[in-house]
Amino acid sequence: MNDDLYKPFLMRIETARDEAPDVRTFRLKFAEETERAEFFQRYRVGMFGLYGVPGEGESTFCVASPPTRDGYIECTFRKVGRVTQALQELEAGQAITFRGPYGNHFPIEDWKGRDLLFIAGGIALPPMRSVIWNILDRRAEFGKVTVLYGARTAADLVYKDELADWAARPDVTLVTTVDPGGQTPDWKGKVGFVPAVLKELAPSAQNCVAVLCGPPIMIKLTLPVLAGLGFSAKDIYTTLENRMKCGVGKCGRCNVGSVYVCKDGPVFTLEDISRLPAGDM
Amino acid sequence: MKTIETRRLPDLAQALSAAGYCVVAPIEEGGVVRFREWAPGLAIAPGAVPANSSKDFLFPRSEVVARFALEPGGFSPAPVERSAVKTVVLCARPCDAAALTALDAVFNWDYRDGAYNARRQAMTVVSLACSKADEHCFCTSVGGAPDGVAGADAILRPADGGQLLVLDELTEKGRALAQAAAGTLSEGPAALDAPAVLPRRFDSEAVGRWLAANFESPFWKEAALACLGCGACAYACPVCHCFDLQDETDHAECRRLRNWDSCGFGLFTLHASGHNPRPDQSARWRQRVMHKFSIYPQKFKTLACTGCGRCSRLCQAGMAIAATCERIEALGR
Ligand code: FES
Repeated sequence: MNDDLYKPFLMRIETARDEAPDVRTFRLKFAEETERAEFFQRYRVGMFGLYGVPGEGESTFCVASPPTRDGYIECTFRKVGRVTQALQELEAGQAITFRGPYGNHFPIEDWKGRDLLFIAGGIALPPMRSVIWNILDRRAEFGKVTVLYGARTAADLVYKDELADWAARPDVTLVTTVDPGGQTPDWKGKVGFVPAVLKELAPSAQNCVAVLCGPPIMIKLTLPVLAGLGFSAKDIYTTLENRMKCGVGKCGRCNVGSVYVCKDGPVFTLEDISRLPAGDM
Repeated sequence: MKTIETRRLPDLAQALSAAGYCVVAPIEEGGVVRFREWAPGLAIAPGAVPANSSKDFLFPRSEVVARFALEPGGFSPAPVERSAVKTVVLCARPCDAAALTALDAVFNWDYRDGAYNARRQAMTVVSLACSKADEHCFCTSVGGAPDGVAGADAILRPADGGQLLVLDELTEKGRALAQAAAGTLSEGPAALDAPAVLPRRFDSEAVGRWLAANFESPFWKEAALACLGCGACAYACPVCHCFDLQDETDHAECRRLRNWDSCGFGLFTLHASGHNPRPDQSARWRQRVMHKFSIYPQKFKTLACTGCGRCSRLCQAGMAIAATCERIEALGR
């Protein structure tokens, strides 16, 4: 493997689309076939990349498309800092720098035959969307698929077209919800916070894996509901975020306790997380 | 025994330089001894612990890792030349040499850092055993010794009351160097001086045990009170290796740089959202101590501290990691 660890390769934006206010999705094409092949040899859902604009720097976020679609990658990100701001100004045809895939992944091979419950809030659907597509592209290998997705307002929901696709599929149960006051006149989904909607939905924990990603407050309030439904800490998966620079366990920036989020994460079970010092997150 | 008179160290440097080595040695400038590139005419100051560590020559303060030509509406990648000059660090302290083995671990677990490894392979380390230590030295508390050989390719041992140095080759690189310098070395007897006596100040394993169980402790608040967050300790440390990646741009070109950084800085872990997992100096100082005495040994089976004492020699606020460890050991009793 290339030992120029911080030298990125080039990706070209094939399509760029706005998902929600300040949230944009790129479909990226590899400039070189060897880079594409090497990427997909290593890539598993949950891994992340460092996306960069020369002159501004690099920013870390997940790869939002699955390895079953191996001609391109997609990423969805919100404008938060300097680099994501610069990335959002780019259009189809322009290039960005990329390093990855890095980190661990969701152990979906261990989930075969099990039911899957996905719970996402706001901009946290993208890391999960790669998993959902991966599962749906290999549908027969898995049990029931339930997706509960909430956002502040109807406008804040990302992947609106795909949500419609999932809603139309008989082999997916999709429940969308918006916070009270976030609905539009033609809103068909639920109105209410994710934990309350989950309680009402009451999915069975029997042979089920839960994947939970969202803002800290949503996670905090959803965990007791999952526990009440009988989910054990080792069957609840989430991702941790931390500021990263190298992505490869060198720069010393992403530790939580003795864990390097860039190498040992970003995917953790709730059981893993309960062993980490809360004061370092 | 292969010997050289201590006052003839510049001749040794000259011979190595003639043999194609870039020679790095402790050299005084403006009252401060630092490791720097030796040039003919410069005196070598073997007695002092240089203010900087020899890591500077493996892991430079700032280094270009990628380069892009900027064009209207885009950019194209430009080549980065990798420089790994054949280098010898002459009169490295044993604590400096030991630090290299700790750095090797982080730059080679799983992902291998090519630029680091190229320099490491091109580097020969000749340490100089210490016959005296100051109140900041504590190598014996962290597994080292004033005449320790870890990480060294050859070691010079003071003899005949400091008049002579005895050269012991330890590795292939060390033998190659002795051969290159053969003309300046003599063969003969010498009475080795006793290495510095340095009683152990704390038990690093006991410190590690307390740390593993005490992430949350009122100790941290108070222990970090004096810390100004200046980062000098990390820059002087031979093992600290945290870095930042930053883009530097002029009209025509962008250089992506790897720059030294420090866990003592408030910006180090600040998220773009504004959240900071280590919002105050006590959390940052805890990270520094944890990383060296708990996280690093858990991950790499070696401490990230070799007891050189540079951090406490430099600290303007009187913070001393050895004193912190002594207190931690006492807390664990
Ligand atoms: S991001 Fe550099 S060590 Fe994890």
